[in-house]
Amino acid sequence: MSQKTNIALSVNGEQVQASVPARLNLVDFLRDHLGLTGSHVGCEQGACGACTLSVDGVMVRGCLMLAVQADGANIITVEAFGESVTGEQLQQSFVEHNALQCGFCTPGMLASGIDYIESGGSTDRTHIRKHISGNYCRCTGYQSIVDAIASVVEGRNSLAVETKQTPGAEESGTSNKRAGE
Amino acid sequence: MKAPDFQYQCPRTLNDALVQLSSDDVECQPLAGGQSLMPMMNLRLAQPEMLLDLNNIAELSFIREAGSHIEIGAMVRYATLLESKLIHHHIPLFVQALPHIAHAAIRNRGTIGGSVALADPAAEMPALLKALDATIEVVSKSSTRTISADDFFLGTYETALRSDELVHSIKVPVAISEHRYGFYELARRHGDYALAGVAIGAHSVEPYTNLRIVFFSISDCAVRAVEAEDALNGKLSNDSTALGNALETLSKLNYYEDANASSATKNHLARVVMQRALSKLSTAVS
Amino acid sequence: MSGPLHKFDRPNSYIGRSVVRPDAKRLVEGQGNYVDDLQLPRMVHAAFVRSPYAHAKIISIDTSNAKSVTGVVAVFVGNDINSQVKPWTATLTHLKGMRSPPQLPLADAVARWQGEPIVMVVAQSRAIAEDACELVEIEFEPLEPVCNTEIAAQRGTPLIHPELDSNVAWEREVVAGDADTAMQGSDITTLERTFHFGRHTGVTLESRSVVTEFNKSDDTLVFHYSGQAPHMMQAVLSKHLQLPEENVRVVARDVGGSFGIKIHTYGDEIATAVAARLLCRPVKFIADRLESFSSDIHAREHRVHGKIAVNKNGEIVALTFDDVTGIGPYSMYPRTSAIECNQILNLTGAPYKIENYYAKGTVVFQNKNMMCQYRAVGHPVAMAVCDSLIEDVAHEINMDVVDIRRRNLIADDAYPVTSATGMKFNELSHHQSLDSLIAMMNYDQLRNDQKSDRAAGIYRGIGLVSMVEVTNPSPMFYGVGGAPIAAQDGASIRLDAAGALHVSCSVTEQGQGTNTILAQIAAEVFGVDIDRVKVTTGDTANVPYGGGTWASRGAGIGGESVLLAAKALKDQVLDVAASILQTSADSLDIDAGTVINIADGAERMDLGELGKIVYYRANELPPDIKPELIATRHYRVTDYPFVFTNSAMAAHVEVDVETGFVKVLDFWVVEDCGRVINPKLVDEQIRGGVVQGIGGALYEECLYDDDGQLLNATMADYLVPMAAEMPDIHILHVETPTTTSNLGAKGAGEAGTGGAPAAILNAVNDALRPLDTAIHQMPMTPERILKALYPDKL
Repeated sequence: MSQKTNIALSVNGEQVQASVPARLNLVDFLRDHLGLTGSHVGCEQGACGACTLSVDGVMVRGCLMLAVQADGANIITVEAFGESVTGEQLQQSFVEHNALQCGFCTPGMLASGIDYIESGGSTDRTHIRKHISGNYCRCTGYQSIVDAIASVVEGRNSLAVETKQTPGAEESGTSNKRAGE
Repeated sequence: MKAPDFQYQCPRTLNDALVQLSSDDVECQPLAGGQSLMPMMNLRLAQPEMLLDLNNIAELSFIREAGSHIEIGAMVRYATLLESKLIHHHIPLFVQALPHIAHAAIRNRGTIGGSVALADPAAEMPALLKALDATIEVVSKSSTRTISADDFFLGTYETALRSDELVHSIKVPVAISEHRYGFYELARRHGDYALAGVAIGAHSVEPYTNLRIVFFSISDCAVRAVEAEDALNGKLSNDSTALGNALETLSKLNYYEDANASSATKNHLARVVMQRALSKLSTAVS
Repeated sequence: MSGPLHKFDRPNSYIGRSVVRPDAKRLVEGQGNYVDDLQLPRMVHAAFVRSPYAHAKIISIDTSNAKSVTGVVAVFVGNDINSQVKPWTATLTHLKGMRSPPQLPLADAVARWQGEPIVMVVAQSRAIAEDACELVEIEFEPLEPVCNTEIAAQRGTPLIHPELDSNVAWEREVVAGDADTAMQGSDITTLERTFHFGRHTGVTLESRSVVTEFNKSDDTLVFHYSGQAPHMMQAVLSKHLQLPEENVRVVARDVGGSFGIKIHTYGDEIATAVAARLLCRPVKFIADRLESFSSDIHAREHRVHGKIAVNKNGEIVALTFDDVTGIGPYSMYPRTSAIECNQILNLTGAPYKIENYYAKGTVVFQNKNMMCQYRAVGHPVAMAVCDSLIEDVAHEINMDVVDIRRRNLIADDAYPVTSATGMKFNELSHHQSLDSLIAMMNYDQLRNDQKSDRAAGIYRGIGLVSMVEVTNPSPMFYGVGGAPIAAQDGASIRLDAAGALHVSCSVTEQGQGTNTILAQIAAEVFGVDIDRVKVTTGDTANVPYGGGTWASRGAGIGGESVLLAAKALKDQVLDVAASILQTSADSLDIDAGTVINIADGAERMDLGELGKIVYYRANELPPDIKPELIATRHYRVTDYPFVFTNSAMAAHVEVDVETGFVKVLDFWVVEDCGRVINPKLVDEQIRGGVVQGIGGALYEECLYDDDGQLLNATMADYLVPMAAEMPDIHILHVETPTTTSNLGAKGAGEAGTGGAPAAILNAVNDALRPLDTAIHQMPMTPERILKALYPDKL
């Protein structure tokens, strides 16, 4: 039988302890052991991007990381993306732009979109398209996803302009920041 | 598919890792960023007896200036390279090439050392290091070796690394103002492995000196086009005869075939990417 | 369109409004319910040992090592599973002469494609099941594989099924007029081309997934699956597991993409059901990506040789072609694998006036994975063949590609029209759609720019397609041939005590927004706010009997059934209201959840109040009033075998003639799918479809070697279109509602996939034309384009 390792980590703000076999990957752990089935398994080789989630503020493929490697980590999955301002805005924008059909790619798309927005991405559609080009969507043809991301960036830019014009006002609350920033 | 079972060790120090690696009891497979190894395991193409996870070895994660070189620890991730000011100032070829390597989420985990140790013939990094005349520091429990990139990459997934050694760091000469670098690849989709690609370093242009023209994704490993370099060194960039001669020498390279391109197609594309990369040899230091 | 404003055209109508999908919020918050999300007590996991050979005798199987793995529950070889199953045979009586041998879940004596399941392992986890699969030892005797469709039918080629006298599954000829004679004559220009279409596959992001429960006490089976046709699957499971149909329940909750892939009978899924029955515990099978590529149906492997003849005015005088297609070792059940070829025979040239027509189709068996219906069945081939011949011949006679279409497209006022192939068309708008396309894309400007670009060494091309799409099929598609596939759909709508509507309908949701448009129709027709409408689909225990969602029928057929049910329920509710309010029903209407006077719009009664009277205080009703607050209606298309839509599309591409790379710069679509229920959702169907079509034209191909080995069965190697390379897609609509229904909606799900390949092919060849070369093979990969450009060197 496989060797098991005890791990302790934070998942969506909750402390979790578990004993896991070494070969169990992170997304299977989240789905099968914690019941967080929002992250999806599409290819198990890092190509489709459906399992993309945040580990210590960095977006990674959940199928290309072992659960044991998440010991001590802070994991945010799609179930908690809405708790950050960016995540909530992007989820809303996805709904408004119908940036999803079957919804299977959506957790990973959101992860990449959040990453794009929070790393200061512009409304340039070519840039957005490149940034999400590691996430596969078979339904939408991508345009509505680009629209949804661009619209959040646009909203923020206009907010930033307003903020400049209104001394004292500060843009609040961006969690999900990259580690080390 | 799910990975087959394996034992797992996650040492905190390089020394512990090297001791484990030198043990005869169990066959260890070092795990760096895992962005190539994990897919291989998930396809059950790689079935390591023991996985030696290097991700907690802090001493392998550094980027530092050391005289005329930049030293990069093996466990530095691609995303960190892209964000590094030292890299931006001193290794402009990386700045050109790294955005073409896979996708953001992969670059957030993938490491330079992992890519070096894997020696995927389609990967960019071995070609970049050869074009930069970089050296690779490898360590074992009992010794340290410095191997030039030219001598390190031997074939498909084959390197000069011994089974008891790990890549410790990469030393890249800093670019100075006369240096020029070019990079061009033809990938069907952004972030894919290329059908053909090339990385070029030159100590100067007009005329070209110390050219290093290194192709990837055309042969069994990153391959220097030495004859093409010879045909161009000492020549001006508008010397079409020299360029024509250099392009002709490319037919002598060993091309591999795959489902997407015959060796003749690879040869044709090698000529195209070399011309395009030469035509945009960029300024070294901003 | 003229005439009075239709009810649905009024400003506040839910029909024609881009209502946001109510279920989208759930999906963006990670609250979907996909099959793999299901965890059941005592559930075990299946994995399969599949044939590594395309064609091999199975000499012996040793499962002893696999059985000894801790955590393994059972290891089943062929007979263990097959003996529990009545074999299925995938032929249809209306495809005359078609043949295909009986099939069973697991290969027993001979494996006939690489990837065919042979041994099933059931274990405590998928990982353990896979561990055990590696320990199963099978001795094979390799047989000569038959892969090439061109030689499969030839005498002397090994027989894939020795009991048949050849590898031919089906042949059909279509003859209209006299093409040979029409092609003679001094003023006739003829042009011939041979087209090759590569195999591709659906690559649904959620792979095929099944969880089966079996309850021994009452002999019932619950089949949770990721699929499009629950009632069809119920019939298949009932028949072949020999369970009473009413004892089989099929449930499809959220489906992570389908595109026709998930509408067939797969041996591994049937084996999963059998295993649950044998083990009396839930069994889960989630195909991994390698299994998906090697066992999800493929489509489109066709070689078509076509010939067109036009007179000096550019009028098409004849079109002939023959199509050879390979379908794998069997026909897929229950739709059969001859339909794609049949569609090509029926639809090639369909938008045009063509009197002299000859088509021949040959469907052969081969040792590759099975082929069957995938999004836009046959359309990409039919449209590419005809519209490529038309554009090529237009250049031959120095005519613009738009002009030649205008001369040949059936006039918008000519309908109804029966084509040379016997297809009945009505209410199409080819000319109006083409005009609208030309204006939207600024065609003349693009042509001018093209000239100056060419002078600068930039090779850009413009390519068009005019197409029809089969939608809203009648029983003439499958049912007529004996398949357990319903062409009618049903909807039940009930008004609950609180005044909310509950709709249950037999069409299914796979992300298109089916449930949303059903809610729109119910809300509009009945008269409530859409947030008071709840929709249930995808469960044979809870929805009326019907066909499901495929062949672009969800809106047109399922939608009409909801419309009819909503109308009926409204009449029933108004009868009750009239009785309570002591007035006549025809003086009342329902608006925004309230019963109102038609005359003055005055509010008379809230539906919640009506519901409470009916359900709680029925003592207040006169005894002769027997309220029915539920209505069910079914709908099928009766006037026509299919309700066709039409569209016109154009692509603008740039070919890098040094590398063979193609960049799609722009793409335009004018679609006439009749009444548009939700413009946003329709546009998104078209966009997604176009990108799948671009995939087929430029990227996607299941590559096999000569031994029948699939070479690129990973998502890194099989190239699906990704965001960076895809263009924004511009869409306009022409709305010609079909008079076959009250709703007037036709389908829109497949047009993009059906038309885009032709437009891209034409655009690439338009770009290459000044270099005197062309390509007629899809996907148009860089290497293939380079070979066309440099035939002597590469």
